Amino acid sequence: MGRLVLAESAEFVPPSVRDFFLPPIFGGVTKPMVLVVFSVIIISVFFLVTSRNLKIIPGKMQFAVESIYDFGRNNIAREQIGSKDFKPFIPLIVSLFTFVLVNNIFGIIPVVQFPTMSHFGFPLAIAVFVVYPVYHFVGFKRHGFSQYMKNQLLPPGAPWPVYILLAPIEFLQKFLLNPITLALRVFAAMFAGHLILLVFTLAGEFLLLHGPILAKPVSLISWAFAIAMTFLEAFIQILQAYIFALLSATYIGMALAEDH
Amino acid sequence: MLQAQVILAAEGELNPVVPHPIEMIIGFIAFLLLLFVISKFVSPRFEALYEKRTEEIQGGIEKAEKAQAEAAAALEQYKAQLAEARAEAARIRDDARAEAEQIRDELRAQAQEEADRIVSQGEARLSAQRAQIVAELRADLGRQAVTLAERIVGESLEDEVRRRGTVDRFLSELDSVSAPAKN
Repeated sequence: MGRLVLAESAEFVPPSVRDFFLPPIFGGVTKPMVLVVFSVIIISVFFLVTSRNLKIIPGKMQFAVESIYDFGRNNIAREQIGSKDFKPFIPLIVSLFTFVLVNNIFGIIPVVQFPTMSHFGFPLAIAVFVVYPVYHFVGFKRHGFSQYMKNQLLPPGAPWPVYILLAPIEFLQKFLLNPITLALRVFAAMFAGHLILLVFTLAGEFLLLHGPILAKPVSLISWAFAIAMTFLEAFIQILQAYIFALLSATYIGMALAEDH
Repeated sequence: MLQAQVILAAEGELNPVVPHPIEMIIGFIAFLLLLFVISKFVSPRFEALYEKRTEEIQGGIEKAEKAQAEAAAALEQYKAQLAEARAEAARIRDDARAEAEQIRDELRAQAQEEADRIVSQGEARLSAQRAQIVAELRADLGRQAVTLAERIVGESLEDEVRRRGTVDRFLSELDSVSAPAKN
């Protein structure tokens, strides 16, 4: 037994941040870049093809597409923004939901197996370049600068000394932290989830190939865990896409609301 | 920049929380493309569909309401017509009864008239027969009385004129006696 270990003398290298930065496929193009472009193509083609001939009475396929579209439209946009104002934001919310969803789901699709959102740049770009300007812009446009700032920084119903403390906190949250936490939430979930899958999968592989003979069956347990975690990941990936779109809609709804 | 990242990756000094500008740019552009496609092509199709569907449903409801109102109006009309028909029937029945009454009265009057006529006719005939019989009897009685008188007296009366005068006188007396009994 000892001889076996010595003979193989391999050392288990736990998965690390390095596994998230694969070498570029060609030139400077890396896997997540390709995937993010693919996701846009997949979603666009999917929606364009299925919405080509919409019927009043939907068929099976149309019903499925409508369910996805309606989820973004009714459950997220209308619930959070309100039935009065939500119409112009439907494309944005549906895009956010499907974009994050598909990029997350990439993490458990065989062969692809990489959640694009585990690279912080992607969710951050959408949160900072898209969601953040949109909700502040519509807020300013709706209420005017001073009224909007008052709405955002001085929530009604507090005694005035509290505002000394509250206003800076609100400012920090509304104008600095919200976009970052929005991106961070999905990034961290995807990063951690992918890492967990890597740990169980690689550990199983290592145990089978390099482990002592008695430890080899343990690799099956490791893989079983990897499969179980994959199901959990699927759930978390959908949930995170939902949360991302939901919070974006919430920010827009809050910016548009008359009083906080 | 990209080269720097690759080198960084190779050196293992990686920080996942530090975003890569190239990824942010690609992610942003990719998302804008998706947003463009969805807001330009996909969303209008769905919204048009929902609008159409809502219209269809509302139209259907309106149509159903209209049909219901029409049915109610028709029912009302039928009821009115039925009531009218009933009233008409009752009126016709009353008319018929009245007419029958009238006809009966007329017939009765006619019958009465006929009966009266027959009675009066009979009476007239009777009185004529009676007059005839009376006349016959008178002549007969005259003869019989003469014969009887001849037999009793035993001789024939000489004078025809005298004889007739006697008989006539007798009969006139007889008439005047029996006249009140005739009526």
